[in-house]
Amino acid sequence: MPFALTPERERELAEILTRYPTKMAACIPALHLCQEQHGYIDDDVVAWVSLRLDLPPAHVKGVVTFYTLFNQHKVGKHQLWVCRTLPCALRGAGEMLEYCEKKLGIKAGETTPDGKITLRTAECLASCGTAPMMQVDKDYHENLTPADVDKILERLQRS
Amino acid sequence: MLKQTNYLTKVYGLPEGWMLAAYEREARGYQAARKALTTMSPADVITEAKKANIRGRGGAGFPMGVKWSFMRPHPTKPAYLVINADEGEPGTHKDRTLMELNPHACIEGCIIGCYAIGAHAAYIYVRDELHLSKARLWGAIKEAKAKGYLGKNPFGKDYPVEVYVHTGAGAYICGEETSLLNSLEGKRGEPRLKPPFPAQAGAFGCPTTVNNLETIAAVPTAFNLGCEEFSKLSSIHHLNDGGVRLFGVNGHVKKPGVYECCVGLTLRELVYDLGGGLLDDKALHSIIPGGSSTPVLRADDIVDAPDEKSPLHAWHGKSVLDVPLGVDTFRNMGTMLGTCCATVMAEGTDPVACFHNLMQFYRHESCGQCTPCREGSGWLLRIAEKLMDGTCSMEELNTLHDVANGIMGNTICAFGEGTAMPALGYLKKFRKDFEAYVKGERTANDARLTVSNVWGQS
Repeated sequence: MPFALTPERERELAEILTRYPTKMAACIPALHLCQEQHGYIDDDVVAWVSLRLDLPPAHVKGVVTFYTLFNQHKVGKHQLWVCRTLPCALRGAGEMLEYCEKKLGIKAGETTPDGKITLRTAECLASCGTAPMMQVDKDYHENLTPADVDKILERLQRS
Repeated sequence: MLKQTNYLTKVYGLPEGWMLAAYEREARGYQAARKALTTMSPADVITEAKKANIRGRGGAGFPMGVKWSFMRPHPTKPAYLVINADEGEPGTHKDRTLMELNPHACIEGCIIGCYAIGAHAAYIYVRDELHLSKARLWGAIKEAKAKGYLGKNPFGKDYPVEVYVHTGAGAYICGEETSLLNSLEGKRGEPRLKPPFPAQAGAFGCPTTVNNLETIAAVPTAFNLGCEEFSKLSSIHHLNDGGVRLFGVNGHVKKPGVYECCVGLTLRELVYDLGGGLLDDKALHSIIPGGSSTPVLRADDIVDAPDEKSPLHAWHGKSVLDVPLGVDTFRNMGTMLGTCCATVMAEGTDPVACFHNLMQFYRHESCGQCTPCREGSGWLLRIAEKLMDGTCSMEELNTLHDVANGIMGNTICAFGEGTAMPALGYLKKFRKDFEAYVKGERTANDARLTVSNVWGQS
């Protein structure tokens, strides 16, 4: 079935369009709404967004491939981003990432076999004063210890 | 000079400090915007704003009032205010605290800014990862609208102002102002050539001012105090660097965090008095003064400014740790003030590992539009990787200079400099450490970044 936003998200998109003088400006917000619903951006989504916003599909595809946060492939139910950049690395982010990899049995960039968790590294998440940290879906978890990480991973695996 | 203040941060620790009630009760909320819109002309607002000597808080340090004065009314096109809250410079964690804990200061600043430059809409560009920041800003907008501070007639004045939050999708380059504008317009976040500057053709081809979030959030405080009084809070007011700002400290310190102080604080005060000194009371190895693009300083660096005309002359022969953190003082020291959030490294940290970590960042974030940056950032990372592998020759190490210099000045935006300058800075300040890797005296096993390891691995 071709992709379409749910009526609720379509209403949200209609409101977003009122904020800008052009339809094109809603491209990134629209893609976020689509990804929220579909999990990732495939060619069906690109086609829908380009029709909805009167944009060439190549433009939409170009935007999707430019930005790190748009998934071009199916990902796990939960996204776990470990910040790896210097200020976090100074506080043990490298070791924390290895710890997560060992606990989950996957490498950064991979998804657990049950499809629950995708583990990735992130570049600076503006949380340098509370390092090490990770982002789990929409939430930041800061000043992490091994016990904190154990709790987070257990919760995700149970969910 | 260490002088802590709480103009911007007074509501930080309060229960529901991010709500309008706390902002109005504790921080004279929306009085400055009311006064500006109901008693001053836009030209008066700009004249007054110039006196505040607010140097752009995003890293470049351009005087805010002067930037506002570049805006000229266009016969047919509207003007826009765009706020850069795409905070992503490694080591920088100040704007997020403002959005989460004092969002109303950001909104009030936008109202004053819009009025001054003739704009009726402001877009706050927030990186997508900061979900709480976005929610708090939208909450503040809703509250301000309900009170009649935003909308068709703010404070009863016939001057409509709307503020919107716009989100990116995870690209560091969108913190560059023209890239941010492209991203706002729904395009790939690739920087634009300047000129035209945003004041001539910015968002949607219209006259636009782009201000950093902390810059705009400081505006209500400046107007409440009187802009000249605000500027004089700084101990380097005479260098046209005024007011108070947020100082961040992170890395190997005991109390990392964000602290509000008068401009003119020194790195020594930031690290030892506010940051509580180094972990395990280790000695200081080096500091990145204001985000990873600002070249690193060694703990034993001394100021060399024999010229009496230099703004640094007063500190000639003294430690770099004792120079006030100012835009011009730091620029003359061969580094930059940047975002004023310092990353601190303790003795035992391997500078080549730091270099390697940062080159991975720049390689990942180069937008790929211009060749020198796209290829150069990859080349710099390859040199860093070869150093770590123990396969880098002395000749290749020396090419690092050429590669970095080949990027500088040859790219559309300042990302090129932001990549090359820290690379050259690390090589210049820690040449012996780099050579130790080339000679095989050190290997990746020595590439230590942490002070202590609680995670049970190597």
